[in-house]
Amino acid sequence: MELNATTIPLLFFVFVLAMFLGVELIKKVPSQLHTPLMSGSNAISGITIVGALIASSREGGTAIATLLAVLAVLFATINVIGGYLVTDRMLEMFKTKAKDGGKP
Amino acid sequence: MNPQLIRGLGYITASIFFIFGLKMLSSQATARRGNLVSAIGMFIAVVTTLTAMEEIRWFWIVFGASLGCVVGVLAARLVKMTAMPEMVGLFNGFGGLASLLVGWSEYHGKWAAADPVSLFTTVAIFLTVLIGAVTFSGSLVAYGKLSALIDGRPILYKRQNLVNAFVLGAIVALGVLFSVQRLDQLSGSGYALVYLELIAIVVLALVLGVLSTIPIGGADMPVVICLLNSYSGLAACAAGFVIGNNVLIVSGSLVGASGLILTRIMCKAMNRSLANVLFSGFGSATSTKGAGYQGQANPIAPADTYLILEAAHNVVFVPGYGMAAAQAQHVVRELGELLHDNGAEVRYCIHPVAGRMPGHMNVLLAEANVPYEMLVEPQDVNPTMEMVDVAIVIGANDVVNPAAKEDQASPLWGMPIIEVDRARTCIVLKRSLNPGFAGVDNPLFFKSNTRMLFGDAKASITSLVSEFKQ
Repeated sequence: MELNATTIPLLFFVFVLAMFLGVELIKKVPSQLHTPLMSGSNAISGITIVGALIASSREGGTAIATLLAVLAVLFATINVIGGYLVTDRMLEMFKTKAKDGGKP
Repeated sequence: MNPQLIRGLGYITASIFFIFGLKMLSSQATARRGNLVSAIGMFIAVVTTLTAMEEIRWFWIVFGASLGCVVGVLAARLVKMTAMPEMVGLFNGFGGLASLLVGWSEYHGKWAAADPVSLFTTVAIFLTVLIGAVTFSGSLVAYGKLSALIDGRPILYKRQNLVNAFVLGAIVALGVLFSVQRLDQLSGSGYALVYLELIAIVVLALVLGVLSTIPIGGADMPVVICLLNSYSGLAACAAGFVIGNNVLIVSGSLVGASGLILTRIMCKAMNRSLANVLFSGFGSATSTKGAGYQGQANPIAPADTYLILEAAHNVVFVPGYGMAAAQAQHVVRELGELLHDNGAEVRYCIHPVAGRMPGHMNVLLAEANVPYEMLVEPQDVNPTMEMVDVAIVIGANDVVNPAAKEDQASPLWGMPIIEVDRARTCIVLKRSLNPGFAGVDNPLFFKSNTRMLFGDAKASITSLVSEFKQ
């Protein structure tokens, strides 16, 4: 997005609303789920991969700028893939009194 | 289709997936699907970005992404459940590092081309680099402390807060200098200098991340992990302002806000302010320990413990970090099942800050197949604690310390605890009488209804299990 006097206030607008939304979304979460919630939201913070992809392919980008961006792609991917998989692994174990579990 | 339109539609779809994903993550029944929904949102965001890009350096992107996939998958698959807190911390740090690199790369491109960069963009780059670097180095320190690579106790020195304030002041001053300069109007030495300023900011911010995390003790790590999680979101958000990308801003601020909420929940569970957690060096040798409790602790042998448990009708397990350290969760579940088969009501009471990560004990007990209905919170057990025949404390300390309600001088004063001292009998599994991670003495060990079962938690529970089976 082109940054100018019209778009910059819009970005702030989006920022403020999203902060409020985030607070409302998480307000009531049972403590059982604190860990998966944290690692799940941690995976979302890997969204910076989008920025990394854009930065890696700038027109006429210098070698160093591209190198930095590719490193960013690498670390953001670890954050995203690792974060989602670890969260899934945790949540997989959160079972209720299963019919197949036998013991209570 | 117009790339602008593709981007707009794709990003709003991704944002909706993230919002629903987070919402579903906060309820037990939908949590696992919520995580999947959020992952689909991430996939949509990435595909949208690639579709709308005019030029793509495929080779490099595939190289970076596939290497990242391999590392991410291996790390997530191989990590032990007990090592989960440090792994989450490390992933978090990588997110911060990625944002730092995005900001730096953007700046480098503009610098090399001597682009006219607006003040708005330079400030956003400064914030991205600062928050990203603090997140990265802070998370590395947290990783080191949690995995015991470095000493978990707070590292304190004279005028620590002054030093930190000085470093922060230097970063802000450099940030102002860095931000106000227009690249297209610089020449010669000024042109080189502005780049050096950026490097100095990165280095100082990395130092600040380390300095601000080392004075925080292991028992306060749940708070720090939450806060760093929040930072990593804010770093992504700042990167969104650098490139004018709203999906980064939306998801970054969602994570930033949820991290702050979790931080507040953790602080509340300890009845302490965030400032107290961050700056007090809680649990170091120099902070007060409260009255040094004197008295006779009553040791007990596993055979006698078995007799008490065998007669109990109502048993509550209170796990703490010691259970994680001893990897005792499976034998604990086995003992719980034996007690249940013996006719007792068995519950596991989990304090919100037990362990080294929010919800740490829940994850471990879930791994050991304890149904989550048996996990209860302190406010469910405390009112009826007199009805509990035996409370078994496994490697928990501060969260059961009665000094929190008896001794106004104790640093724990006012913290909501699990009041196991009011149970008919309280059995504490512990290696020795040493105080816990926070270094606060625990009068529980000397109460007349407390019995100390000394030794490794796993070994002790295992011997109880074999007593039951005989």
